[in-house]
Amino acid sequence: MTLLVVRDLTVRYAPGVPAVRGVGFDVGAGEVLGVVGESGSGKTALALAMVGLLPPDARVTGSVRLRGEELVGRSDAELSRIRGRDLAMVFQDPLSALTPVHPVGDQIAEAVRIHSGATWPAARARAVELLDLVGIPGAARRARACPHEFSGGMRQRVMIAMAIANDPVAIVADEPTTALDVTVQAQVLDVLKAAKEATGAAIVLITHDLGVVAGFADRIMVMHAGRAVESGPVEEVYRRPRMPYTIGLLQSLPRMGAAGAARPAPVDGASPEAPAAGGGCAFRPRCPVAVDACGGRDPEPVLVGPSGHTAACVNTEATADPDAVFPLPDAVPRPARPPRRERPVVLEVDGLVRHHPLYRGTLLRRRAGTVHAVDGIGFDVREAETLALVGESGCGKTTALMEILRLARPQRGSVAVLGQDTAALRPARRKALRRDVQVVFQDPFTSLDPRMRVADIIAEPFAAHGLRAPRGRVRELLDLVGLEPAHAGRYPHGLSGGQRQRVGIARALALEPRLLLLDEPVAALDVSVQAGVMDLLEGLRNRLGIAYLFVAHDLAVVHRIADRVAVMYMGRIVEIGSVDEVYGRPAHPYTRALLDAVPLPDPRLERRRRRVPLRGDLPDPTAPPAGCRFRSRCPRYAALGAVDARRCEEHDPMPRPMSTDRESDQWAACHHPLAEAGAGS
Amino acid sequence: MAAFLLRRLANYAVLAVAATSLAYLLAAVALDPRSNFDDRAPRPPESVVDARLTRLNLNDRTALAVRYGTWAAGVLHGDFGRTWEGRPVNAELWRRLGVSVRLMSPGAVLGSALGILLGAYAAIRQGRAADRFITFGSYLLLAVPVFVLAVLLQIVAAKANDAMGMHLFAWVGETSPGAAYGPFGALGGLADRARHLFLPTVTIAMTQIAFYSRYQRGLMLDVLHADFVRTARAKGLRHRTALLRHGLRTALIPMTTYFAYSFGFLVLGGMFCEQAFGWHGMGEWLVEAVSRGDVNVVAAISCLAACGVLAAGLASDVLHGVLDPRVRSGAAA
Repeated sequence: MTLLVVRDLTVRYAPGVPAVRGVGFDVGAGEVLGVVGESGSGKTALALAMVGLLPPDARVTGSVRLRGEELVGRSDAELSRIRGRDLAMVFQDPLSALTPVHPVGDQIAEAVRIHSGATWPAARARAVELLDLVGIPGAARRARACPHEFSGGMRQRVMIAMAIANDPVAIVADEPTTALDVTVQAQVLDVLKAAKEATGAAIVLITHDLGVVAGFADRIMVMHAGRAVESGPVEEVYRRPRMPYTIGLLQSLPRMGAAGAARPAPVDGASPEAPAAGGGCAFRPRCPVAVDACGGRDPEPVLVGPSGHTAACVNTEATADPDAVFPLPDAVPRPARPPRRERPVVLEVDGLVRHHPLYRGTLLRRRAGTVHAVDGIGFDVREAETLALVGESGCGKTTALMEILRLARPQRGSVAVLGQDTAALRPARRKALRRDVQVVFQDPFTSLDPRMRVADIIAEPFAAHGLRAPRGRVRELLDLVGLEPAHAGRYPHGLSGGQRQRVGIARALALEPRLLLLDEPVAALDVSVQAGVMDLLEGLRNRLGIAYLFVAHDLAVVHRIADRVAVMYMGRIVEIGSVDEVYGRPAHPYTRALLDAVPLPDPRLERRRRRVPLRGDLPDPTAPPAGCRFRSRCPRYAALGAVDARRCEEHDPMPRPMSTDRESDQWAACHHPLAEAGAGS
Repeated sequence: MAAFLLRRLANYAVLAVAATSLAYLLAAVALDPRSNFDDRAPRPPESVVDARLTRLNLNDRTALAVRYGTWAAGVLHGDFGRTWEGRPVNAELWRRLGVSVRLMSPGAVLGSALGILLGAYAAIRQGRAADRFITFGSYLLLAVPVFVLAVLLQIVAAKANDAMGMHLFAWVGETSPGAAYGPFGALGGLADRARHLFLPTVTIAMTQIAFYSRYQRGLMLDVLHADFVRTARAKGLRHRTALLRHGLRTALIPMTTYFAYSFGFLVLGGMFCEQAFGWHGMGEWLVEAVSRGDVNVVAAISCLAACGVLAAGLASDVLHGVLDPRVRSGAAA
């Protein structure tokens, strides 16, 4: 039964170009439509238009019918009777989407009361039931807590409880898991699935993550520049994409499953903010198979496969074989280098500790404990090698990076850069050493001074060290990171996200460092842009022999770029080793759980996977569990006998090698590793 | 919460002592009560002047430290000394405080409540006629000094009285003599008090409204597009209800801080109002005391004002805790 019918929906903000142009789809009961697209493709405008929550200056035309009832053009009063009852919404950021001053139970009860007119006690009782349904332990007690007392994943569960409070006919979920860690994302998607089964609602799931859609949605609609460029059943579209944009998106994804498979092909250029000049297909400037017929007018969707698989492309003949559309870039040649053991060590960290005192109370500050942000980690990075630090948010990976960047005496342990112990450095020597250690930050939108031109930003490191930038150096650097000389005169706001991140990299490279610290350098970028920046980083490492310390939460990205990987949990490294070993034979249950939680962008593989979801959230960082810190969430610990479990409870595991093989360097801190890989053990 | 309040109070006690002592020392150094005898004819003999000043602990020939010690010992026993006329300061202080509180509290409460509502309303109607009108009005009020406003209101009231041919508005003093003995008895007295209170209340309320509405408008604009307001609408609340239930409460939180600061303005405004409307409250007394060199009175009023500001600060902290659960749990943890 078709519940939600959208036809020819167009959203126009007063002066500018339309954000959504003529989008249409149907969603049936119990069906999930995944809407994917990059930032600026109009996904969120589409979601808000459906529920009528766009800002007042937006103009909506077209039709949205819920069970045959037209929603477009209704007044706020009429829509408010439908919103929350028949049509519910889950928003992206659970940190800001709940009112901070009201208890969550009351916020859910309010949703019940508005539509049913129930009494407060009855509505509160229903709220507790709902909280229980979405898996919040101790629901009756937690209902009285305010949002700040919940973790991100728990807040998103509250949002879902609120959405299903009145058994809605349809739920619109706008990036419901984007702000969450992968392990928590898996939990929340399970809750959403349970909610769907409990209510039989039609779900529109808006996301940029093709992996989430692969595992969760039945049908997919790909949006580009406000238009639905391809739609159809998920399996069909993933297997035989026909619109070049979809092909590019799918190919540009870093994939963990396929080791050694073809390198992802970047869809170059930024997503255009406005459709191409002179009308016609908006993807034309980036399209490798564009023909003359692409100009003129927007291509209409045509049927290209079974079960209503449509693609809005003129040249579908050229996309019959999706693999041939984007020319595969030549693999970056990796110059022969001596084996790892013989290469010089660039960075050596041993027993590094960073504890933060924690103060509570804004009125009356007092010491409430210590956050063990980094609690004794050690590793080394050698020339021309990438070590990735991965883990959930709050595991201490960025703190570790910042502690290294300080080049000062750590609270405990030691940091040695190029053989020099940072604790023993004099200020002048420390400043000189900074030339060899540079950093690239996560957010390209805030890490560049908006009032400086690109050329000045890139030349600033020279000025900081009292040098003059050699003639032509800025141009050389721009060329190195794949920017045009014309970009030198621009301000950061005139660049796209990917271009800005390239400027950030050029600035870091200006002084020819030996070690580059990268803090989530691609996390803020769209997938198609990510691929280009990662190619750049890989190429630079191979050509210049720089060592990278790469902090990331995205395991697929790490798999793509890193040589070695260190998995962090609550300030400790729980497993470290070469990427092939750690991804291929994870020894620590936490590594296994992290890998399991990453959704694969392949519907068949994704649905076939059996996974053991990680339970719960990170424990309180001021009071880690005694013995093994991962114990409270460990699926392996839960299955152990009493004797084996006691070791986990009483002894803090130290990292030890997982193999006696000389070539292997996989270490894990676990009493009961999953697979003692290799010959020994 | 109780422990927190106790520690807060201890802090405040130290602050109040420091503020009052500084006020006393400043007044004792700067004011010159001896000059009051200069224009007396015949000028009393020096020894008589000295004796009188010494009795009031105002003699500038006694060392400052000794005078301060005498004064502080008195204050510790709850005695602020004597006024120039030789009457105890305490009795007069309480009487005047009562007058000031009666004068200012209705205006302050009305002004802050209306100001918050008008500010919130202006934010919701941002850019439309209502918002522009409120914005213009509050800027106009902010630009007009309190005493000018008071006089303008009196002129308007006088015209209104003339036009109606009856003496509806009254603006001199707190009561008309004999009102409580009229045909309506005590009720008539009360009505007469209300009549006298009307114009000062309007004056104070208007200045307060102007301040509060500006602040509240800015705060409300911040939450107008907040995600949680959108969530509330997605639940099925209408736009205005969502803003009132979810937006306003959140937007009120920073206002509590401002509440403490605005107390100073209120006291200042009250002073002008007393002068303009002929009320014999604290403000009028302070002005007289300064011109007469009455150090004890100045110090006593300063002490009271310091306590008032600190009490307002405490009230704003408590209010903050009541409105914002994030602070509450932080203090309790």
